[in-house]
Amino acid sequence: MTEAITLTVNGAKHALSVDDPQMPLLYALRDELGLDNPRFGCGLGQCGACTVHVDGVAVRSCITPLSAVGNAPVATLASLGTAEHPHPLQAAFMAEEAPYCGYCLNGWLMTAAALIKQKPRATEAEVREGLTGLKCRCGAHMAMIRAVLRVTQA
Amino acid sequence: MNAISLSRRSLLAAGGALVVGFPAPGAAVAQVVAGAAKPKALAPDQLSSWVAIQQNGDVVGYFGKVDLGQGTDSGVALIIAEELDVPFKRVSIVMGDTDLTVNQGGASGSTGLEEGAVTLRYAAAEARRVLLGMAAEKLGVPVAQLSVQDGVVSGGGKSVSYGELIGGRQFEVAMKWNGKIGNPLLVQGQAQPKKVSEYKQVGKPAPRFDVAGKVLATSKYVGDVRLPGMLHGRMIRPPVAGATVVSFDAASVAHLKGVRVMAKGGFLGVVAPKEWDAVRASRELKVVWSDVKLPFPAFDTLHDHIRAAKVLGKEEETKNGDVDAALAAGAPAGGKLITADYEWPFQSHASMAPACALVDVRPEKVTVYTGTQKPHYCQLGVAAILGRKPEEVHAVWISGPGSYGRNDAGDAAIDAALLSREFGAPVRVQGMRHEGTGWDPKGPASVHTGRAIVDANGQLTAIDFATKAFSRVDINSNESDPKHSLAGQMMGLGTKHEPAFGVPTGAYVVANKRLTWESVEPLLAAGSPLRTSHLRDPVGPQLIFAYESFIDEVAHMTGQDAIAFRLRHLPDPRAKKVLEAAAENFGWDTRVSASKVASGEIMRGRGVSYGQRGKTLVAIIAEVEVNRSTGKVQPTRFAVAHNCGLIVNPSALYHTIEGNIIHASSRALHEEVRFDEKNVTSVDWETYPILDITEAPQKIDIVLINDQEKGPYGAGEGSTRPLAGAIGNAIFDATGIRLRRAPFTADRMKAALGTHV
Repeated sequence: MTEAITLTVNGAKHALSVDDPQMPLLYALRDELGLDNPRFGCGLGQCGACTVHVDGVAVRSCITPLSAVGNAPVATLASLGTAEHPHPLQAAFMAEEAPYCGYCLNGWLMTAAALIKQKPRATEAEVREGLTGLKCRCGAHMAMIRAVLRVTQA
Repeated sequence: MNAISLSRRSLLAAGGALVVGFPAPGAAVAQVVAGAAKPKALAPDQLSSWVAIQQNGDVVGYFGKVDLGQGTDSGVALIIAEELDVPFKRVSIVMGDTDLTVNQGGASGSTGLEEGAVTLRYAAAEARRVLLGMAAEKLGVPVAQLSVQDGVVSGGGKSVSYGELIGGRQFEVAMKWNGKIGNPLLVQGQAQPKKVSEYKQVGKPAPRFDVAGKVLATSKYVGDVRLPGMLHGRMIRPPVAGATVVSFDAASVAHLKGVRVMAKGGFLGVVAPKEWDAVRASRELKVVWSDVKLPFPAFDTLHDHIRAAKVLGKEEETKNGDVDAALAAGAPAGGKLITADYEWPFQSHASMAPACALVDVRPEKVTVYTGTQKPHYCQLGVAAILGRKPEEVHAVWISGPGSYGRNDAGDAAIDAALLSREFGAPVRVQGMRHEGTGWDPKGPASVHTGRAIVDANGQLTAIDFATKAFSRVDINSNESDPKHSLAGQMMGLGTKHEPAFGVPTGAYVVANKRLTWESVEPLLAAGSPLRTSHLRDPVGPQLIFAYESFIDEVAHMTGQDAIAFRLRHLPDPRAKKVLEAAAENFGWDTRVSASKVASGEIMRGRGVSYGQRGKTLVAIIAEVEVNRSTGKVQPTRFAVAHNCGLIVNPSALYHTIEGNIIHASSRALHEEVRFDEKNVTSVDWETYPILDITEAPQKIDIVLINDQEKGPYGAGEGSTRPLAGAIGNAIFDATGIRLRRAPFTADRMKAALGTHV
């Protein structure tokens, strides 16, 4: 049963027709709209690589059914900043040369961006607690902590 | 420094070929589309295969390995810039494309700078020699009177740039090739590279190429490549390892659009035009699998199984003195005979995402987009499984999630190739999480036994260190032979198990010393989710965990400080210096370990471990806190001393070591692949937990020793090797309890604390 859905991503409206409203948001973003910033990592909500903001809140798009998104605006990493105007976190991650393979980075940046909105002066303990659960396999944790603290403890 | 969106041939020959390109992490990847001139085969003995000068004078290096976020490519660029006397920022590196680069072995064994960059260094030096010759002719000034600065050759009051001399054209210069392919490939020209004392750029921090694209989300990963008419593929793995498909019910997925199924032996894949339909089809397809004998022993009996298992191969790698006689004589008066056993689990690459590959099989050509760290071998494997000639297969590496050895990436390319041929369309296979952890090749589980005799003066007089383990390579470390691919084994192409392991590489000098290994039969001969292959620092972590734990036990039982004891058996000055540097970096308090065990809730301790990987030497001191109630082991600080010879790019080196420390901490504290009698049960991040950011240490202090007349040697794995031993030894210092089985999970620690009197 095909359903017509309108999805607002990074300010642009997209009309989609989907067969399964239970399809996770991630597949709509990647497969239907070709937006690659959210990445498939586990499909189980365990790693964070698929993180996007829905109504400004960091959510794991791999376990968020399209039907739950409704008219809420979705933002991906592409909306965070650009080479000319990077988000302060992006500037800090570049200054620290934080990533290795970088596959997980979408989750860390999107979660950290939501975190620093809540806690702009987050301490190291708050940064660690705020980012707990995100996975990074290459071991960029130390550099990512330093990068976030560059923003919150500047 | 960013992507070159032209193929090398069209770029240089200005043939007007139609090309498309896109930036990929860490690489300047170019794809020649249909209609472009077919490049001639790359000849390793041609300078043009390694270095090119663009019209504007920028330099391109063609590197037959890949970088996985450690900055190897920036190191290669620094070396090329140095030899050619051009600024670093004008050098870019092309890697991972089999049409554009010679097979230098891919990412392999920490050889990026140690071996791979050597040919690039010679090639850049040779290019400079040739360019100076051209400049001499053009300017009418002898070579001896010419100098180069920033790619401009000057002399006799005149000057000409590299770009003016050859920009846009290829070098036509032959070099001397040693005839080898892969890691040992070496090509040299007439020119001698610079002496280290002449270096102006090598050794200074240089920015990595891949960072901005990753952080700004402009880089593409292999999973982001799409082709017109592409189908999405998913693999379905047997519930009991070793089972094959008896039948499947196509009607069970008929409600999903355009689903097709391919089954052959134990190989089972589905494709669909929409990705979500492919995911659903892989879950909803009803399959009857064959009944097979349960392949695995009970998880808790794994190490006893190894002890009893049939030995397929063994080797006595180190032998001096007469160990048997020394052990038979037993402990001398006032001395000691010490024995201990250690156990290491299977571990998974567990890449950040399960593998993805996109393959387009066409009558005239096969194109493979792969995240494998060895694209040239992937090219061979895809060609072999399809029965095609290697030159008909073009493999393009585009970074996937970090692989840390032979993960599941190469197998995904073989799967995609078979599905693409079957369904006559490009097929993108994306693994699901359970495959990334449950079905990747594993690092081998092992048992190690140490026996030592110490004399009355505390000197080691005999050491016998024996390993019994699964082979390190049930399948080869690359996917060039389909018998070594999961698909090939699932389809019954056979196996090529090879007995292999290794012994601790250490410089401890002992009068009677024997280091041996035995490798045992795999639990399941073919298509096993526990088949082994290379996982970062293959067999190093398990061997050095056991060896350095044992050395530590001997030091403790003979009342000696852990570092002083090591130093008295370590005459090699490079090794001594590394251990002393780590001690100084940490602020080591010389005393017998476990002499200050606290009685409170939190017990603190420190432990040292030393390892050599090739000629790279690393000492690590770990400081840990152990919670008496929960058993949780929390490393608070690591002090590292690292000697990999000449340091090429110190910032990238520091970063690489930090990553090694965290990754190895995760392996030491958490990681073991669990299974039941049917299959692997570690299938996601809940069942295969890794280090969380709340468990990262407070500090990692790294001392880099720049041993600049040697190397550069590899740094990609060296600091992984001693890490688990350092944590284990720190746990002992904190608690007086020796954990002889890794990983040091809270449950295991708590159980040991509970039984400890």
